[in-house]
Amino acid sequence: MNFLQDPLFGLTITIGAYAIAKGLNRKLPWLHPILSSSAIVLIVLALLRAPIANYQVDVELLTSLLGPATVALGVPIYKHRQLIRERLAAISVSVLAGSITGIVSAGLLVYVTKGSHEVLLSILPKSVSSPIGIEISKLVGGTPELSVMFSVVTGVIGGVWGPAFLYRLGMRDPVSFGLAMGSAAHGFGTARSLQESETAGSFSALAMGLTGIVTSLLFIPIYIALG
Amino acid sequence: MRGFAILLGFSFIGVVIHDTLHVPLPGNVIGLLLFLGCLFAKIIKLEWVEESANLLTRHLLLFFIPYVVGAAALVPLLGNDWVSIAVGLIGSTFAVLWVTGKVALKMQPKEKEGSQ
Repeated sequence: MNFLQDPLFGLTITIGAYAIAKGLNRKLPWLHPILSSSAIVLIVLALLRAPIANYQVDVELLTSLLGPATVALGVPIYKHRQLIRERLAAISVSVLAGSITGIVSAGLLVYVTKGSHEVLLSILPKSVSSPIGIEISKLVGGTPELSVMFSVVTGVIGGVWGPAFLYRLGMRDPVSFGLAMGSAAHGFGTARSLQESETAGSFSALAMGLTGIVTSLLFIPIYIALG
Repeated sequence: MRGFAILLGFSFIGVVIHDTLHVPLPGNVIGLLLFLGCLFAKIIKLEWVEESANLLTRHLLLFFIPYVVGAAALVPLLGNDWVSIAVGLIGSTFAVLWVTGKVALKMQPKEKEGSQ
């Protein structure tokens, strides 16, 4: 099937799946669009026996656009600069606490459930977006491919089930909501927070960036300790 | 298209800085920091970029689909470690949500609560 070789194939099914998932989400609010859209793409690829490696080449345009989309998060952050200034203490302390919790809890849970050493090292940077996770993983001797996967799955868990969890704990304040989502689930959490409100989205974007920076810095002593 | 060009430019400059100066942050985060710097310095006007930025951030999830598809393809290869991975990822994600959210809520200025 020659049409499977055309990059338009991968782009069409991805954007098509996204549009369908958005529509489904309006009828079935519990079905998060990231789950339904990815499932649709996986099903179409499986039915047509199209290799995932080819698909990933097709959609390089979309993965490249994640760069400018991340830069674009500067706009909501800039618009909320006044509120950010007022909450600077809460932002820095909560993000620092969240970053430490992310590394320590992931490492401890894998350790007590007797996961392999490779998994333990690769899971440590799971709270940050995968480009930062890759670098940290290489630094401590983890497997970068595993770290990318862990960071994506973390994003999905936080982005999909995070809001219900936070609401159950009574965190309706958009500032705390956004900080928690961005620090726990990086870009996925930020995408979800932006749907909640622009304020939540901008604090999530800020927490995502800061968690990336703080986590990278926290790994310098870990790296030295590992020798 | 001016907005798109600016956002693409910052993203690209971020990648160039990451590659040449070996800054331990990904290119897109470096680009975001530089872009924020230029907004604050008023080198870039908000109205030049607002429309393009809104379009991209509104559909942020779209750009993650390829990553989720790639991650799903790796799941069958995890073998015996999958329980440990699931416990680690789920437990830790909720732990971070709880800690960050609680700390942020505790440190919220009291007089501001009514205005939210």
